[in-house]
Amino acid sequence: MKRGSFWSWLWVIIGTLYFLLPLISTFDFSLRAKKGELSFLAYTRVFTDPNFWATMRFSLLIALFTIFLSIVLIAPTAYWIRLRLPKLRGIVEFISMLPYVIPAIVWVFGAIRTFSGTPFFLTNTLFGTYVLLTTGYVVLSLPFVYRSIDVGLAAIDVKSLTEAAQSLGAGWGTILFKVIFPNLKVAILSSSFLTLAIVIGEYTIASFLVGIKAYGPYMSMIGQNKTYESSSLAIISFLLTWAFMGVIQLLTRGKTSGSSMAGAR
Amino acid sequence: MSKNNSFLTDQKRDARKARPSSNSWRKWIGVVPFFIFALLFILLPSVNILAGAFRTNAGRFTLANFAGLFEPSILSAYWVTIKISLTTALVGGLLGFLMAYSVTVGKLPKAVRNMLMTFSGVASNFAGVPLAFAFIATLGRTGLITLILKNVLKLNLYALGFNLYSFWGLSLTYLFFQFPLMVLIITPALDGLKKEWSEAAENLGATRSLYWRKVALPILTPSILGAIILLFGNSFGAYATAYSLTGGFINLITIVVGSQIKGDILYNPGLGYALAVGMVIVMAVMMAIYYYLRRKSERWLPR
Repeated sequence: MKRGSFWSWLWVIIGTLYFLLPLISTFDFSLRAKKGELSFLAYTRVFTDPNFWATMRFSLLIALFTIFLSIVLIAPTAYWIRLRLPKLRGIVEFISMLPYVIPAIVWVFGAIRTFSGTPFFLTNTLFGTYVLLTTGYVVLSLPFVYRSIDVGLAAIDVKSLTEAAQSLGAGWGTILFKVIFPNLKVAILSSSFLTLAIVIGEYTIASFLVGIKAYGPYMSMIGQNKTYESSSLAIISFLLTWAFMGVIQLLTRGKTSGSSMAGAR
Repeated sequence: MSKNNSFLTDQKRDARKARPSSNSWRKWIGVVPFFIFALLFILLPSVNILAGAFRTNAGRFTLANFAGLFEPSILSAYWVTIKISLTTALVGGLLGFLMAYSVTVGKLPKAVRNMLMTFSGVASNFAGVPLAFAFIATLGRTGLITLILKNVLKLNLYALGFNLYSFWGLSLTYLFFQFPLMVLIITPALDGLKKEWSEAAENLGATRSLYWRKVALPILTPSILGAIILLFGNSFGAYATAYSLTGGFINLITIVVGSQIKGDILYNPGLGYALAVGMVIVMAVMMAIYYYLRRKSERWLPR
């Protein structure tokens, strides 16, 4: 037992170092913008760059649209399938796993080839590319949003709740928004925050559809010519990810598992 | 339980008799938006890629695009991508498993487990551009660890042939999100090992190692292999991290697909489609194996 305990500590320490050393190095690097002393100059430069705020705002907006669209699309479907169409459960689950098979780079390739020509012409207008970007993120987040909501639905008695509401005279809107969705609060909120964490700094799809309008490509551009600022951006992104994951942990009380995984980006 | 069920089905039959028409077509409306979305934004692009792979620029049927996959540079791109995915999946899988083992079976304090789960959640989602920046600041030519090794231990990584912007550098970078993902996936499986099993084995006179070889590992094997497949797929399809770390100067299949989208080098739309189809085939085979394994693991372990 003593021996086992030693090895246990050793593996955890190795993993922790692997996690901490890059962060410490990056933080150290981000403080060296002024020669010969430690300062937050790189951070000041980032925060006073209007492009930082513009791209952050853009990506945040796209993330909010993504969250809205994916919840509106997935939650009623998952509910309806449990209630009335259990036969379709297999096929919907299969569809929701497809983004694991289609990596983001392949999706964006197919999407550009499909929607840039007749009859869609989505990439001809700015608005069209925003729409395509949003749908791309809905596809990317589909696996974990569906899974999280489906698990949430499994925990409540969908049939009885619906029948009870119906017998009290509730319509479908009332049932969904006043009975079912409040019961799925944790599932919806935690998958929303995961979507937020993934979409904000997303690079692959954004770089091909909207370029440096989005935060991911903006970071990449900074990285090409500003060393210290890029380190401070990495730290900022890390803190953001940490904050979002922290909220998820609070919501789910630490019961997150492998289902919190998006397709390859 | 069975009594309850029969009661429910009886009730359903009554309901159907009472409202004969409403159940037939109306119930399908609820799932229409989802299927339209899936058709438009998942199926259509995929079908388009598949069709494009069999078409010449003029629109005729051809197999020449697939012949392009066997050019040495493309074959090597697939090979390097598979090698890097396999390496990071195996090493990340092993380290992740050992860490998950330490906090579950290894009985480390609960606080360590909570800390591990938190950082795994963060690190497994900390990929792409900022991760590349972090590793440049760590192991790049002027990175902190590079300098410490050079000045303190007199160990010059770059003189020894190490390069962050090559195979091993990229592998080390991918590992940052690979092993935490393994921790997240495998911890629930380790939690699912019942105490009764090890106690029963002990009562029958088995040693700890015999229990692990004959009971625990066989039960865990499908979960472990399944998790390693997910890790493989996770780095096989990764583009953002590799591109921002190497600036596109590493021959990965995702990078080649990316340059086909931009149309900057060796532009050949037909080949781009074939490359994408090749990637989807690799991923589909992986996911099929994953599902087979998950079925097997569900016999013993809840998911």
